[in-house]
Amino acid sequence: MKDRLELKDFYSGFRQAEVIKSYAKLIAKEAEKLNSQLNIMEVCGGHTHTIMRYGLKQLLPPNISFIHGPGCPVCVMPKERIDHAIALAQLSNIILVTLGDMIKVPGSQSSLQDVRANGADVRFVYSPLDSIKIAKENSDKTIIFFAIGFETTTPMTSALINQVIIQDIKNMLFHINHVTVPEPMKVLLDDKENKIDAFIAPAHVSVITGSKIYDEFPRDYQKPVVVSGFEPVDMMESLFMILKQINEKRCEVEVQYSRSVTKDGNRRAQRLNDKFFEKSDSFRWRGIGDIAQSSFRLKDAFRHLDAEVRYRDKLSTAKIDDHKLCICGDILKGKANPKDCRVFGTVCKPSRPLGSCMVSSEGACSAYYRYGDSP
Amino acid sequence: MCLSIPSRVTKIDKISNMATIDTMGVSREASLDLIEEEHIQIGDYVLIHIGFIMNKIDEKDALLSLETYREILVILEAEDER
Ligand code: SF4
Repeated sequence: MKDRLELKDFYSGFRQAEVIKSYAKLIAKEAEKLNSQLNIMEVCGGHTHTIMRYGLKQLLPPNISFIHGPGCPVCVMPKERIDHAIALAQLSNIILVTLGDMIKVPGSQSSLQDVRANGADVRFVYSPLDSIKIAKENSDKTIIFFAIGFETTTPMTSALINQVIIQDIKNMLFHINHVTVPEPMKVLLDDKENKIDAFIAPAHVSVITGSKIYDEFPRDYQKPVVVSGFEPVDMMESLFMILKQINEKRCEVEVQYSRSVTKDGNRRAQRLNDKFFEKSDSFRWRGIGDIAQSSFRLKDAFRHLDAEVRYRDKLSTAKIDDHKLCICGDILKGKANPKDCRVFGTVCKPSRPLGSCMVSSEGACSAYYRYGDSP
Repeated sequence: MCLSIPSRVTKIDKISNMATIDTMGVSREASLDLIEEEHIQIGDYVLIHIGFIMNKIDEKDALLSLETYREILVILEAEDER
Protein backbone atom coordinates (compact mmCIF):
# COMPACT_ATOMS: atom_id res chain seq x y z
CA MET A 1 0.00 0.00 0.00
CA LYS A 2 1.23 3.51 -0.84
CA ASP A 3 1.76 5.65 2.23
CA ARG A 4 0.83 9.00 0.68
CA LEU A 5 -1.71 9.99 -1.88
CA GLU A 6 -1.43 12.60 -4.56
CA LEU A 7 -4.33 14.92 -5.29
CA LYS A 8 -5.04 13.21 -8.60
CA ASP A 9 -5.61 9.90 -6.82
CA PHE A 10 -8.78 11.33 -5.31
CA TYR A 11 -10.14 11.60 -8.82
CA SER A 12 -8.54 8.87 -10.94
CA GLY A 13 -8.47 6.27 -8.15
CA PHE A 14 -12.25 6.42 -7.90
CA ARG A 15 -12.85 6.40 -11.65
CA GLN A 16 -10.85 3.29 -12.66
CA ALA A 17 -12.72 1.42 -15.37
CA GLU A 18 -11.42 -2.01 -14.22
CA VAL A 19 -12.63 -1.41 -10.69
CA ILE A 20 -16.06 -0.33 -11.94
CA LYS A 21 -16.22 -3.55 -13.96
CA SER A 22 -15.13 -5.71 -11.06
CA TYR A 23 -17.86 -4.20 -8.89
CA ALA A 24 -20.32 -4.91 -11.70
CA LYS A 25 -19.34 -8.60 -11.40
CA LEU A 26 -19.69 -8.60 -7.61
CA ILE A 27 -23.07 -6.88 -7.90
CA ALA A 28 -24.25 -9.40 -10.50
CA LYS A 29 -23.35 -12.27 -8.14
CA GLU A 30 -25.26 -10.72 -5.27
CA ALA A 31 -28.18 -9.89 -7.54
CA GLU A 32 -28.62 -13.59 -8.40
CA LYS A 33 -29.65 -14.17 -4.80
CA LEU A 34 -32.48 -11.64 -4.92
CA ASN A 35 -35.97 -12.99 -5.29
CA SER A 36 -37.53 -9.85 -6.68
CA GLN A 37 -36.77 -6.64 -8.53
CA LEU A 38 -34.69 -4.15 -6.51
CA ASN A 39 -35.40 -0.44 -6.97
CA ILE A 40 -32.80 1.89 -5.56
CA MET A 41 -33.46 5.60 -5.35
CA GLU A 42 -30.42 7.81 -5.77
CA VAL A 43 -31.80 10.83 -3.96
CA CYS A 44 -29.38 13.37 -5.34
CA GLY A 45 -29.17 14.79 -8.85
CA GLY A 46 -25.38 14.62 -8.67
CA HIS A 47 -25.68 10.85 -8.45
CA THR A 48 -28.12 10.76 -11.37
CA HIS A 49 -25.47 12.65 -13.29
CA THR A 50 -22.75 10.08 -12.43
CA ILE A 51 -25.04 7.17 -13.37
CA MET A 52 -25.73 8.68 -16.80
CA ARG A 53 -22.25 9.99 -17.48
CA TYR A 54 -20.49 6.71 -16.75
CA GLY A 55 -23.28 4.49 -18.08
CA LEU A 56 -23.56 2.64 -14.76
CA LYS A 57 -27.12 1.55 -15.47
CA GLN A 58 -25.96 -0.51 -18.42
CA LEU A 59 -23.50 -2.41 -16.21
CA LEU A 60 -26.15 -3.67 -13.83
CA PRO A 61 -28.22 -6.85 -14.06
CA PRO A 62 -31.83 -6.37 -15.18
CA ASN A 63 -33.28 -6.96 -11.73
CA ILE A 64 -31.67 -3.79 -10.36
CA SER A 65 -32.96 -0.39 -11.33
CA PHE A 66 -32.55 3.20 -10.32
CA ILE A 67 -35.30 5.60 -9.40
CA HIS A 68 -34.06 9.17 -9.80
CA GLY A 69 -34.89 11.21 -6.74
CA PRO A 70 -35.78 14.83 -5.97
CA GLY A 71 -32.34 15.96 -4.83
CA CYS A 72 -31.64 18.84 -7.17
CA PRO A 73 -32.27 22.15 -5.39
CA VAL A 74 -32.82 24.07 -8.61
CA CYS A 75 -35.31 21.50 -9.90
CA VAL A 76 -37.47 21.58 -6.79
CA MET A 77 -37.79 25.35 -6.57
CA PRO A 78 -41.38 26.32 -7.45
CA LYS A 79 -41.95 28.96 -10.09
CA GLU A 80 -43.32 31.50 -7.64
CA ARG A 81 -39.97 31.63 -5.86
CA ILE A 82 -38.09 32.10 -9.12
CA ASP A 83 -40.58 34.89 -9.78
CA HIS A 84 -39.56 36.44 -6.46
CA ALA A 85 -35.94 36.58 -7.61
CA ILE A 86 -37.04 38.12 -10.89
CA ALA A 87 -39.32 40.68 -9.19
CA LEU A 88 -36.59 41.69 -6.73
CA ALA A 89 -34.03 42.05 -9.51
CA GLN A 90 -36.32 44.46 -11.34
CA LEU A 91 -36.72 46.87 -8.41
CA SER A 92 -34.66 50.02 -8.64
CA ASN A 93 -31.39 50.25 -6.73
CA ILE A 94 -31.20 46.50 -6.21
CA ILE A 95 -28.43 44.10 -7.15
CA LEU A 96 -29.58 40.51 -7.06
CA VAL A 97 -26.76 38.07 -6.36
CA THR A 98 -27.05 34.30 -6.69
CA LEU A 99 -25.17 31.17 -7.79
CA GLY A 100 -24.73 30.45 -11.50
CA ASP A 101 -27.14 27.52 -11.44
CA MET A 102 -30.05 29.94 -11.31
CA ILE A 103 -29.26 31.67 -14.63
CA LYS A 104 -31.71 29.92 -16.93
CA VAL A 105 -34.32 28.58 -14.55
CA PRO A 106 -37.70 29.56 -15.99
CA GLY A 107 -40.15 31.37 -13.73
CA SER A 108 -43.72 31.93 -14.84
CA GLN A 109 -42.80 34.56 -17.49
CA SER A 110 -39.05 34.80 -17.82
CA SER A 111 -35.73 33.88 -16.25
CA LEU A 112 -33.00 35.84 -14.47
CA GLN A 113 -31.02 35.69 -17.69
CA ASP A 114 -33.87 37.41 -19.55
CA VAL A 115 -34.33 40.23 -17.05
CA ARG A 116 -30.59 40.77 -16.93
CA ALA A 117 -30.55 41.16 -20.70
CA ASN A 118 -33.23 43.81 -20.20
CA GLY A 119 -31.09 45.82 -17.83
CA ALA A 120 -31.67 44.36 -14.35
CA ASP A 121 -28.53 44.09 -12.26
CA VAL A 122 -28.20 40.34 -11.65
CA ARG A 123 -24.83 38.89 -10.70
CA PHE A 124 -23.89 35.24 -10.65
CA VAL A 125 -21.13 34.44 -8.19
CA TYR A 126 -18.91 31.43 -7.56
CA SER A 127 -19.06 31.83 -3.79
CA PRO A 128 -21.63 33.54 -1.55
CA LEU A 129 -18.74 35.48 0.03
CA ASP A 130 -18.25 37.31 -3.28
CA SER A 131 -21.39 39.29 -2.48
CA ILE A 132 -19.57 41.12 0.32
CA LYS A 133 -17.26 42.74 -2.18
CA ILE A 134 -20.26 43.69 -4.34
CA ALA A 135 -21.99 45.23 -1.29
CA LYS A 136 -18.90 47.27 -0.38
CA GLU A 137 -18.44 48.55 -3.91
CA ASN A 138 -22.11 49.54 -4.22
CA SER A 139 -22.94 51.17 -0.92
CA ASP A 140 -25.77 53.18 -2.51
CA LYS A 141 -27.60 49.99 -3.52
CA THR A 142 -29.25 47.10 -1.71
CA ILE A 143 -27.71 43.72 -2.40
CA ILE A 144 -30.05 40.75 -2.15
CA PHE A 145 -28.46 37.32 -1.92
CA PHE A 146 -30.87 34.74 -3.32
CA ALA A 147 -29.82 31.65 -1.37
CA ILE A 148 -30.46 28.16 -2.75
CA GLY A 149 -29.35 24.64 -1.92
CA PHE A 150 -29.73 21.71 0.46
CA GLU A 151 -28.01 21.21 3.82
CA THR A 152 -24.70 21.20 1.92
CA THR A 153 -24.99 24.87 1.05
CA THR A 154 -26.93 26.29 4.00
CA PRO A 155 -23.81 26.79 6.16
CA MET A 156 -22.19 28.85 3.42
CA THR A 157 -25.15 31.25 3.60
CA SER A 158 -24.81 31.23 7.40
CA ALA A 159 -21.13 32.09 7.09
CA LEU A 160 -22.03 34.96 4.76
CA ILE A 161 -24.65 36.33 7.18
CA ASN A 162 -22.09 36.03 9.96
CA GLN A 163 -19.57 38.08 7.97
CA VAL A 164 -22.21 40.68 7.07
CA ILE A 165 -22.87 41.17 10.78
CA ILE A 166 -19.19 41.12 11.83
CA GLN A 167 -18.22 43.57 9.09
CA ASP A 168 -21.30 45.71 9.81
CA ILE A 169 -22.49 45.70 6.21
CA LYS A 170 -25.78 47.56 6.13
CA ASN A 171 -26.91 47.12 2.53
CA MET A 172 -27.42 43.35 2.33
CA LEU A 173 -30.57 41.27 2.52
CA PHE A 174 -31.32 37.60 1.98
CA HIS A 175 -33.97 35.59 0.20
CA ILE A 176 -33.74 32.11 1.69
CA ASN A 177 -34.59 28.95 -0.24
CA HIS A 178 -32.65 26.31 1.67
CA VAL A 179 -34.33 22.92 1.70
CA THR A 180 -33.65 19.62 3.43
CA VAL A 181 -33.16 16.07 2.13
CA PRO A 182 -34.88 13.66 4.59
CA GLU A 183 -38.35 15.27 4.53
CA PRO A 184 -39.11 14.68 0.82
CA MET A 185 -37.74 11.12 1.17
CA LYS A 186 -40.37 10.48 3.83
CA VAL A 187 -43.10 11.98 1.65
CA LEU A 188 -42.11 9.62 -1.17
CA LEU A 189 -42.21 6.62 1.15
CA ASP A 190 -45.59 7.65 2.56
CA ASP A 191 -47.02 7.35 -0.95
CA LYS A 192 -48.57 3.89 -1.02
CA GLU A 193 -47.62 3.37 -4.66
CA ASN A 194 -43.92 3.99 -4.13
CA LYS A 195 -41.55 1.26 -5.29
CA ILE A 196 -38.45 2.31 -3.40
CA ASP A 197 -36.49 -0.52 -1.73
CA ALA A 198 -33.35 1.35 -0.64
CA PHE A 199 -31.62 4.71 -0.86
CA ILE A 200 -28.26 5.96 -2.01
CA ALA A 201 -27.82 9.24 -0.13
CA PRO A 202 -25.49 12.11 -1.07
CA ALA A 203 -22.14 12.30 0.73
CA HIS A 204 -21.75 16.07 0.67
CA VAL A 205 -24.98 16.64 2.61
CA SER A 206 -23.71 14.29 5.30
CA VAL A 207 -20.28 15.92 5.36
CA ILE A 208 -22.24 18.74 7.00
CA THR A 209 -25.11 16.96 8.78
CA GLY A 210 -23.53 13.60 9.51
CA SER A 211 -25.03 10.28 8.45
CA LYS A 212 -27.36 10.34 11.46
CA ILE A 213 -30.04 12.29 9.59
CA TYR A 214 -31.00 9.00 7.91
CA ASP A 215 -31.33 6.88 11.06
CA GLU A 216 -35.12 6.89 10.86
CA PHE A 217 -35.23 5.23 7.43
CA PRO A 218 -34.03 1.76 8.47
CA ARG A 219 -35.73 2.13 11.83
CA ASP A 220 -39.17 3.41 10.84
CA TYR A 221 -39.45 2.48 7.17
CA GLN A 222 -37.22 -0.62 6.93
CA LYS A 223 -35.23 0.92 4.08
CA PRO A 224 -31.44 0.60 3.94
CA VAL A 225 -29.46 3.77 3.25
CA VAL A 226 -25.87 4.02 2.01
CA VAL A 227 -24.24 7.46 2.07
CA SER A 228 -22.21 7.53 -1.12
CA GLY A 229 -19.53 9.60 -2.81
CA PHE A 230 -20.01 10.88 -6.35
CA GLU A 231 -17.31 9.12 -8.32
CA PRO A 232 -18.43 6.08 -10.30
CA VAL A 233 -16.45 3.63 -8.16
CA ASP A 234 -18.03 5.17 -5.05
CA MET A 235 -21.47 4.54 -6.48
CA MET A 236 -20.74 0.96 -7.54
CA GLU A 237 -19.34 0.19 -4.09
CA SER A 238 -22.47 1.73 -2.53
CA LEU A 239 -24.73 -0.45 -4.69
CA PHE A 240 -22.76 -3.50 -3.63
CA MET A 241 -23.16 -2.45 0.02
CA ILE A 242 -26.93 -2.17 -0.40
CA LEU A 243 -27.14 -5.62 -2.00
CA LYS A 244 -25.05 -7.12 0.82
CA GLN A 245 -27.38 -5.58 3.39
CA ILE A 246 -30.42 -7.04 1.68
CA ASN A 247 -28.93 -10.50 1.15
CA GLU A 248 -27.64 -10.61 4.70
CA LYS A 249 -31.02 -9.40 5.98
CA ARG A 250 -29.54 -6.28 7.52
CA CYS A 251 -31.17 -2.87 7.32
CA GLU A 252 -29.05 0.07 8.42
CA VAL A 253 -27.38 3.36 7.53
CA GLU A 254 -23.91 2.71 6.16
CA VAL A 255 -21.31 5.21 5.02
CA GLN A 256 -19.40 4.42 1.85
CA TYR A 257 -17.79 7.88 1.73
CA SER A 258 -16.01 7.37 5.02
CA ARG A 259 -13.10 9.48 3.80
CA SER A 260 -15.07 12.56 4.83
CA VAL A 261 -18.44 11.62 6.34
CA THR A 262 -18.92 10.90 10.04
CA LYS A 263 -22.04 10.12 12.02
CA ASP A 264 -22.20 13.60 13.49
CA GLY A 265 -20.93 15.75 10.63
CA ASN A 266 -19.40 19.22 10.77
CA ARG A 267 -20.46 20.60 14.15
CA ARG A 268 -19.13 24.09 13.54
CA ALA A 269 -21.22 24.40 10.37
CA GLN A 270 -24.25 23.08 12.24
CA ARG A 271 -23.75 25.62 15.06
CA LEU A 272 -23.55 28.44 12.55
CA ASN A 273 -26.80 27.26 10.94
CA ASP A 274 -28.52 27.04 14.32
CA LYS A 275 -27.52 30.60 15.06
CA PHE A 276 -29.39 32.04 12.08
CA PHE A 277 -31.92 29.51 10.87
CA GLU A 278 -34.94 27.58 12.06
CA LYS A 279 -37.27 25.25 10.20
CA SER A 280 -40.15 26.84 8.26
CA ASP A 281 -43.60 25.37 8.73
CA SER A 282 -43.74 24.30 5.12
CA PHE A 283 -42.15 24.69 1.68
CA ARG A 284 -43.83 24.05 -1.64
CA TRP A 285 -41.64 21.73 -3.71
CA ARG A 286 -41.98 22.03 -7.43
CA GLY A 287 -43.88 19.00 -8.68
CA ILE A 288 -44.26 17.46 -5.22
CA GLY A 289 -46.27 20.03 -3.27
CA ASP A 290 -46.15 21.31 0.31
CA ILE A 291 -43.81 19.46 2.62
CA ALA A 292 -43.83 20.36 6.31
CA GLN A 293 -40.54 21.25 8.02
CA SER A 294 -38.59 20.83 4.79
CA SER A 295 -36.90 24.23 4.54
CA PHE A 296 -35.21 26.90 6.61
CA ARG A 297 -36.07 30.50 7.37
CA LEU A 298 -34.20 33.20 9.25
CA LYS A 299 -34.82 33.26 12.99
CA ASP A 300 -36.87 36.20 14.31
CA ALA A 301 -33.78 38.00 15.57
CA PHE A 302 -32.54 38.21 11.96
CA ARG A 303 -35.79 38.84 10.15
CA HIS A 304 -34.69 42.42 9.44
CA LEU A 305 -32.27 40.81 6.97
CA ASP A 306 -35.03 38.93 5.17
CA ALA A 307 -35.88 40.33 1.72
CA GLU A 308 -39.18 38.45 1.78
CA VAL A 309 -40.19 40.47 4.84
CA ARG A 310 -38.77 43.81 3.67
CA TYR A 311 -40.39 43.58 0.23
CA ARG A 312 -43.50 41.71 1.30
CA ASP A 313 -45.80 44.04 -0.65
CA LYS A 314 -43.84 43.49 -3.89
CA LEU A 315 -43.80 39.68 -3.82
CA SER A 316 -46.76 37.56 -4.85
CA THR A 317 -47.59 34.48 -2.82
CA ALA A 318 -49.82 32.89 -5.46
CA LYS A 319 -48.87 29.31 -6.31
CA ILE A 320 -47.85 28.69 -9.90
CA ASP A 321 -47.73 25.21 -11.39
CA ASP A 322 -45.56 23.87 -14.19
CA HIS A 323 -46.45 23.77 -17.88
CA LYS A 324 -49.13 21.14 -18.35
CA LEU A 325 -46.98 18.98 -20.64
CA CYS A 326 -44.10 18.88 -18.16
CA ILE A 327 -44.00 15.77 -15.99
CA CYS A 328 -41.11 16.89 -13.79
CA GLY A 329 -43.36 16.33 -10.80
CA ASP A 330 -43.72 12.62 -11.52
CA ILE A 331 -40.01 12.37 -12.34
CA LEU A 332 -39.09 13.98 -9.01
CA LYS A 333 -41.39 11.52 -7.29
CA GLY A 334 -39.71 8.62 -9.08
CA LYS A 335 -42.92 7.70 -10.89
CA ALA A 336 -41.79 8.59 -14.41
CA ASN A 337 -38.64 8.71 -16.46
CA PRO A 338 -37.59 11.70 -18.62
CA LYS A 339 -38.20 9.49 -21.67
CA ASP A 340 -41.88 9.36 -20.72
CA CYS A 341 -42.24 13.10 -21.37
CA ARG A 342 -43.78 13.92 -24.74
CA VAL A 343 -41.67 17.03 -25.27
CA PHE A 344 -38.35 15.64 -24.01
CA GLY A 345 -35.55 16.61 -26.37
CA THR A 346 -37.90 18.24 -28.87
CA VAL A 347 -39.69 21.25 -27.42
CA CYS A 348 -37.77 20.97 -24.16
CA LYS A 349 -33.96 21.07 -24.32
CA PRO A 350 -31.25 22.49 -22.06
CA SER A 351 -31.01 25.56 -24.30
CA ARG A 352 -34.76 26.17 -23.97
CA PRO A 353 -35.98 24.33 -20.90
CA LEU A 354 -39.69 24.01 -20.30
CA GLY A 355 -39.34 22.51 -16.86
CA SER A 356 -36.82 22.68 -14.10
CA CYS A 357 -35.46 19.13 -14.51
CA MET A 358 -33.99 20.23 -17.83
CA VAL A 359 -32.33 23.34 -16.41
CA SER A 360 -29.77 22.21 -13.92
CA SER A 361 -27.07 19.81 -15.08
CA GLU A 362 -28.15 17.73 -12.07
CA GLY A 363 -31.74 17.48 -13.26
CA ALA A 364 -32.79 14.06 -14.53
CA CYS A 365 -34.02 15.39 -17.90
CA SER A 366 -30.80 17.29 -18.50
CA ALA A 367 -28.67 14.24 -17.59
CA TYR A 368 -30.68 12.06 -20.00
CA TYR A 369 -30.41 14.68 -22.73
CA ARG A 370 -26.66 15.05 -22.37
CA TYR A 371 -25.67 11.45 -22.03
CA GLY A 372 -28.45 9.72 -23.87
CA ASP A 373 -29.88 6.48 -22.64
CA SER A 374 -29.62 2.99 -23.99
CA PRO A 375 -31.90 0.30 -22.61
CA MET B 1 -24.06 23.07 -8.00
CA CYS B 2 -23.84 20.72 -5.08
CA LEU B 3 -20.65 18.88 -5.83
CA SER B 4 -17.67 19.26 -3.62
CA ILE B 5 -14.20 19.14 -5.06
CA PRO B 6 -11.13 17.45 -3.55
CA SER B 7 -8.28 19.96 -3.24
CA ARG B 8 -5.04 20.46 -1.35
CA VAL B 9 -4.25 23.29 1.06
CA THR B 10 -1.11 25.21 0.04
CA LYS B 11 -1.34 28.33 2.22
CA ILE B 12 -3.28 29.52 5.26
CA ASP B 13 -3.94 33.15 6.12
CA LYS B 14 -5.07 33.29 9.74
CA ILE B 15 -6.01 36.98 9.63
CA SER B 16 -8.50 36.70 6.79
CA ASN B 17 -9.29 33.09 7.77
CA MET B 18 -8.78 32.06 4.15
CA ALA B 19 -6.75 29.22 2.67
CA THR B 20 -5.14 28.97 -0.74
CA ILE B 21 -5.97 25.64 -2.30
CA ASP B 22 -4.82 23.68 -5.32
CA THR B 23 -7.50 21.93 -7.37
CA MET B 24 -5.59 19.91 -9.97
CA GLY B 25 -3.28 22.77 -10.88
CA VAL B 26 -5.77 25.59 -10.41
CA SER B 27 -5.03 27.79 -7.44
CA ARG B 28 -7.94 29.42 -5.61
CA GLU B 29 -8.96 30.87 -2.29
CA ALA B 30 -11.38 29.18 0.06
CA SER B 31 -12.83 30.30 3.36
CA LEU B 32 -12.00 28.52 6.61
CA ASP B 33 -15.11 29.90 8.34
CA LEU B 34 -16.78 26.49 8.55
CA ILE B 35 -13.76 24.68 9.95
CA GLU B 36 -12.73 24.36 13.59
CA GLU B 37 -9.55 26.29 14.25
CA GLU B 38 -6.29 24.32 14.07
CA HIS B 39 -8.15 21.54 12.28
CA ILE B 40 -6.59 22.21 8.88
CA GLN B 41 -2.90 22.35 8.05
CA ILE B 42 -0.88 23.01 4.93
CA GLY B 43 -0.71 19.84 2.84
CA ASP B 44 -4.10 18.56 4.01
CA TYR B 45 -6.63 17.33 1.51
CA VAL B 46 -9.99 19.04 1.81
CA LEU B 47 -13.41 19.20 0.16
CA ILE B 48 -14.35 22.54 -1.38
CA HIS B 49 -17.88 23.69 -1.96
CA ILE B 50 -18.78 27.14 -3.38
CA GLY B 51 -15.70 28.85 -1.97
CA PHE B 52 -15.58 27.14 1.43
CA ILE B 53 -13.62 24.28 2.89
CA MET B 54 -16.39 22.00 4.12
CA ASN B 55 -14.24 19.29 5.66
CA LYS B 56 -10.95 17.46 5.61
CA ILE B 57 -10.57 14.28 3.54
CA ASP B 58 -9.04 11.43 5.48
CA GLU B 59 -6.05 10.36 3.42
CA LYS B 60 -5.61 7.04 5.24
CA ASP B 61 -9.23 6.15 4.63
CA ALA B 62 -8.92 6.94 0.92
CA LEU B 63 -5.72 4.86 0.72
CA LEU B 64 -7.50 1.97 2.36
CA SER B 65 -10.35 2.17 -0.18
CA LEU B 66 -7.91 2.15 -3.08
CA GLU B 67 -6.09 -0.80 -1.55
CA THR B 68 -9.40 -2.68 -1.21
CA TYR B 69 -10.16 -2.03 -4.88
CA ARG B 70 -6.75 -3.40 -5.84
CA GLU B 71 -7.38 -6.54 -3.80
CA ILE B 72 -10.80 -7.04 -5.39
CA LEU B 73 -9.19 -6.84 -8.84
CA VAL B 74 -6.59 -9.46 -7.89
CA ILE B 75 -9.21 -11.84 -6.46
CA LEU B 76 -11.53 -11.54 -9.46
CA GLU B 77 -8.66 -12.02 -11.91
CA ALA B 78 -7.59 -15.18 -10.07
CA GLU B 79 -11.19 -16.45 -10.22
CA ASP B 80 -11.35 -15.76 -13.95
CA GLU B 81 -8.21 -17.79 -14.54
CA ARG B 82 -9.63 -20.80 -12.74
S1 SF4 C 1 -38.34 17.05 -20.62
FE1 SF4 C 1 -38.80 19.17 -20.04
S2 SF4 C 1 -41.01 19.30 -20.04
FE2 SF4 C 1 -40.49 17.14 -20.02
S3 SF4 C 1 -40.46 16.59 -17.85
FE3 SF4 C 1 -38.38 17.14 -18.39
S4 SF4 C 1 -38.23 19.30 -17.91
FE4 SF4 C 1 -40.42 18.83 -17.94
